[in-house]
Amino acid sequence: MEILVCAKRVPDTSENEIQLNGAGTDIERDDMVYSVNEPDNYAVEEALQIVARTGGNVTVVTVGGEDDEEILRREMAMGATRGVLISDDTFNGSDGRGIAAVLKAFVQTEHYDLILTGVQAEDGCAQVGGMLAAMLDYPFASLVTSIEVLEGRKLKIGREIEGGSKEINAIDLPCVLSIQTGINEPRYVGMRGIRQVASVPIPTLGASDLGVEPDAVGEVAAKARRVDYFVPPAGKGADMLAGSREEVIDKMMELLKAKGGLN
Amino acid sequence: MARIFAYIVHKSGVADDTAVELPVAARKIYPEQPCTAIVTGWGADLDQVCESLRGTYREVWKIAKEPLAYPNAELIRKALQSVVPAGSILLVPHAHFGVDLSPGLSIRMNAAYVPDVLDIEGVEGEWLKAVRQEFGGQVSTHIRCNLSTGAVLNIRPGAFRPSEAAPATGQVVDKSAEVGALTSRRRYLETIAAETGDVDITRQTVLVSIGRGIGEQENVAIAEDLAEAMGAAVSCSRPVVDAKWMDRSRQVGSSGQTVRPKVYLACGISGSFQHLAGIKGSPFIVAINKNPKAPIFRVADVGVVDDILEFLPALASKVREESCVPGKRGGGHD
Repeated sequence: MEILVCAKRVPDTSENEIQLNGAGTDIERDDMVYSVNEPDNYAVEEALQIVARTGGNVTVVTVGGEDDEEILRREMAMGATRGVLISDDTFNGSDGRGIAAVLKAFVQTEHYDLILTGVQAEDGCAQVGGMLAAMLDYPFASLVTSIEVLEGRKLKIGREIEGGSKEINAIDLPCVLSIQTGINEPRYVGMRGIRQVASVPIPTLGASDLGVEPDAVGEVAAKARRVDYFVPPAGKGADMLAGSREEVIDKMMELLKAKGGLN
Repeated sequence: MARIFAYIVHKSGVADDTAVELPVAARKIYPEQPCTAIVTGWGADLDQVCESLRGTYREVWKIAKEPLAYPNAELIRKALQSVVPAGSILLVPHAHFGVDLSPGLSIRMNAAYVPDVLDIEGVEGEWLKAVRQEFGGQVSTHIRCNLSTGAVLNIRPGAFRPSEAAPATGQVVDKSAEVGALTSRRRYLETIAAETGDVDITRQTVLVSIGRGIGEQENVAIAEDLAEAMGAAVSCSRPVVDAKWMDRSRQVGSSGQTVRPKVYLACGISGSFQHLAGIKGSPFIVAINKNPKAPIFRVADVGVVDDILEFLPALASKVREESCVPGKRGGGHD
């Protein structure tokens, strides 16, 4: 099976405190630690496990700039066959629809049976996979937590729904699936693995290589545009307990007793 | 002015809570414009839902088709394309169904898409201004959304509080005939119910709940020890389950269990809206987190900025110390 995984490099929230820049136009990105979007890593692992069973190749693609190469190398160190960077100044300011249009153009220059994305990235939009599927006229499923390859170019997939229940569907290939965290246990990538792929060339494709129509991408085409960032109003907020740890614990004991927290 | 529609999620003949929240969002777009409900499904359940909405909506569009008996987003997307006029604004709850339906629907309708909308600040010309969050709620953003070719807006459940709107006496309009044959390359097979674990966290009055901040599997014992001292049970947020440190039956959140404790200790939990959606009944929430900016502090009653790996053992020994009555081992009056 030929599998494409769409990945994104994002600020690592476990390593960074997210703060606004002075103007409120962006978050403070200086000295920020970036990593591959966590759900995308699960998508790559799932793709690797599928080709281990069925044969085929895993391609990882990202739309961005040269800094984003590092996540392609990381996923290649996991075992992806190749990485592709799609980069062009005309893509700047694209909304989810613009990014999906770029990916659609790329998919149409190649052949894939299955396209995976992570369920969502740091912006919580969870949109590119579903948009890409609609543009390609492929079936789509989100929040996928299990994949089984069936005969006759079909998959049996599980989707996460409310209350921890799982919805089972059959879906025809080619299709697009957004992968939920927890579907597998992504393999560890050591420094040695990264070094082994450090000099593998990564092709960079631009708008003209893919035949992306200029009016489908960039800020001009964006129907949804981020205006600014701001810190949400505090609201009531928690009553913060201050003092030494012992003092804090004494106060908390009183509160827990009063609220029925000690049985 | 574009028409506004609200897609109604329902189950077993009962409309989701969002059915009364979407009209509130609609009024923030065009205050004078009535919002029309769209309900898809089949059989008596569908009729019951449509009937129940007549007090909230002036018009309820019903699409009754046998293949829609189970809400398969691939089929519903096609049905909506057939009935929703070009240029309309469609509101959809941002949960597992909306995430499945809406991105693709916005492409099919050539409409703008804004996911997970928390607030709407009005319309200027053809631009709507909406509020979203990024980075798990650590920062908010304003989004400008172009309405000129219509829009699909996914609305966060619970973000728009239902108001005391004048009761409507709506009529149900059957639009089924406008929808052609429905087939899909994705077919629903079955639903597998959540596994039940050794402890039913939905029945606990006190929960010590742990998140990513617990760090590693060995540290789960720290939370278990505190829970034992307090006569509580341990629950967790999604990352703990993803890492396989705790069983899925212990997960609190929209993709896990809904709990109704009296006291909830959120330990090393950042407080994503998916997690908070699983906490009902307004418990007393105590948040302990190293990050003073963690979103959980916005919803907790009491907060402590500290390392849970040191704070929880200290709290556990204090609880044991105070409950240790002479002649009685351990505390507990139960």
